[in-house]
Amino acid sequence: MANELAQGVLLGCYYALIACGLSFMFGVLRIINLAHGSIAVLAAYVVWVIAEHWNVSPFLALGAVVPVMTAAGWLLQRTVLERSLRSGALTPLLSTFGLAIVIDNLLFSKFGADTRSMAPNIGDLAFASWNLPGGVTIGQLALLTAVVAVTLLGGLQLFLARTPLGRAIRATAEDPDTAELVGIDSRKVYAAATAISMVTVAIAGTFLALRATFDPYAGSTQLIFAFEAIVIGGTGSLWGTLIGGIALGVAQNLGSQINPQGFLITGHLVFFAVLAARFFIAGRSPRSMVRALLRTSP
Amino acid sequence: MSLLAVEQLDARHGQLQAVRDVSFAIEEGEILALIGANGAGKTTLLRAVAGAHRIAAGRILFDGGDVSSARANRRVGLGITLVPEGRRLFAGMTVEENLLVGAASGRRGRWNVDAVLEAFPMLRPLVKRRAGDLSGGQQQATAIGRSLMSNPRVLLVDEVSLGLSPVAVEQVYESLQAVIASGATIVLVEQDLGRALRVATRVACMLEGRIVLEARATEVTREEVTEAYFGLKRPRRSGTP
Repeated sequence: MANELAQGVLLGCYYALIACGLSFMFGVLRIINLAHGSIAVLAAYVVWVIAEHWNVSPFLALGAVVPVMTAAGWLLQRTVLERSLRSGALTPLLSTFGLAIVIDNLLFSKFGADTRSMAPNIGDLAFASWNLPGGVTIGQLALLTAVVAVTLLGGLQLFLARTPLGRAIRATAEDPDTAELVGIDSRKVYAAATAISMVTVAIAGTFLALRATFDPYAGSTQLIFAFEAIVIGGTGSLWGTLIGGIALGVAQNLGSQINPQGFLITGHLVFFAVLAARFFIAGRSPRSMVRALLRTSP
Repeated sequence: MSLLAVEQLDARHGQLQAVRDVSFAIEEGEILALIGANGAGKTTLLRAVAGAHRIAAGRILFDGGDVSSARANRRVGLGITLVPEGRRLFAGMTVEENLLVGAASGRRGRWNVDAVLEAFPMLRPLVKRRAGDLSGGQQQATAIGRSLMSNPRVLLVDEVSLGLSPVAVEQVYESLQAVIASGATIVLVEQDLGRALRVATRVACMLEGRIVLEARATEVTREEVTEAYFGLKRPRRSGTP
């Protein structure tokens, strides 16, 4: 049981890592980026290509991909999301959904349906673990993933609280019109936020490729787990995302102990239970249900 | 050359023309009080000057340059800053963070967090408090302080006393006097006629989107302003620079 809990927490940290960018983007731009999972898989492929082609460590390849993803995020905001946002709340959903389809199919046409993994590129780290008292086993890669997730979420939180750009992002997220009136260029802030989000997606995509297999259509599953983690933890809250991810991971692991099929079902059940609780607390009307779903935790 | 000149400005809210053919100019160091009844177009005019409301016609000149099409954040960078109606603070951020965000334009000058806290001493014990938890007067002081952090050359202040208790209004105006004494150029929208006449060097009265009276504060009587306020007298323009 203790081991299952530990594995759940570690898995949850991965979910928090994959959800981090989605949560950040929703918190600032109020966009649910349906291309989030596909972009993570795209980043995984780019890292994989660099690591395979130049025979370098995936972590080194990630270092090369980060500036590219920063630029891609900036470009994505200025060319797609900014225009979509002007046309109402539904258009960004449609445009990011379209973007996901484009990315998935481009990856399929380029790399085919074969599944890949970068586990072989990191040697022992992929399977090495520590055995702790009480039958608890801690995988080194899983622990590294957890450390990266907590560091990334904590770093982002610190960045938002302590830096001028972080404060500008928070101000713009709260009231973009007033932010403009105090001298903040909201377009630049949105573009910066998207760029930051894409960097976190690149990191998450790399860890996806290190810890599991991926294929061109793996993005949608990652998006669902990320979305569930965010809803459980409270949309727009970075620490909430970590808690949501851990809750999801623990639920899935405990569910798999009850029944082999229980892994996914238990996670979805926890997601629906949290959602239903929010609806119940919010007063049950359809409008308040939507409001509860989109509620931002502090 | 005037610091700020508005020429034949029109602004609309959909089909409704809120500001009609408005022209005025303000020199460095002047305090222009813009008065008028609810719906007269004062707030729309101020928001248009700040870049928060699209203009339908006319020009806005600042320091000789046409800023009519500049975005609001760009105008703050040039030196035009609005204290918006209803304060519009970032409620989830602390007073200190609100002030620091006000310096986003990077304009240098005498105003920084210490200078604002000196001008608005009521804020000193509240710097770590969430802005959303403050009283109306404290919020207004924070909003003015946040705008001062951009070191504006023209400060546009919309409805200072709106929704505040008399004591809070007194406190805010006391601090605003310190800002005025520093030589600031201010366009002030105010419903309280007596207070507007006391602090302003010039008064402009708006009625149904037009300026119907403009005069030096020392050259106009309260009765004249009251008549213009209610549209009881023909337009008069005097004392313009």
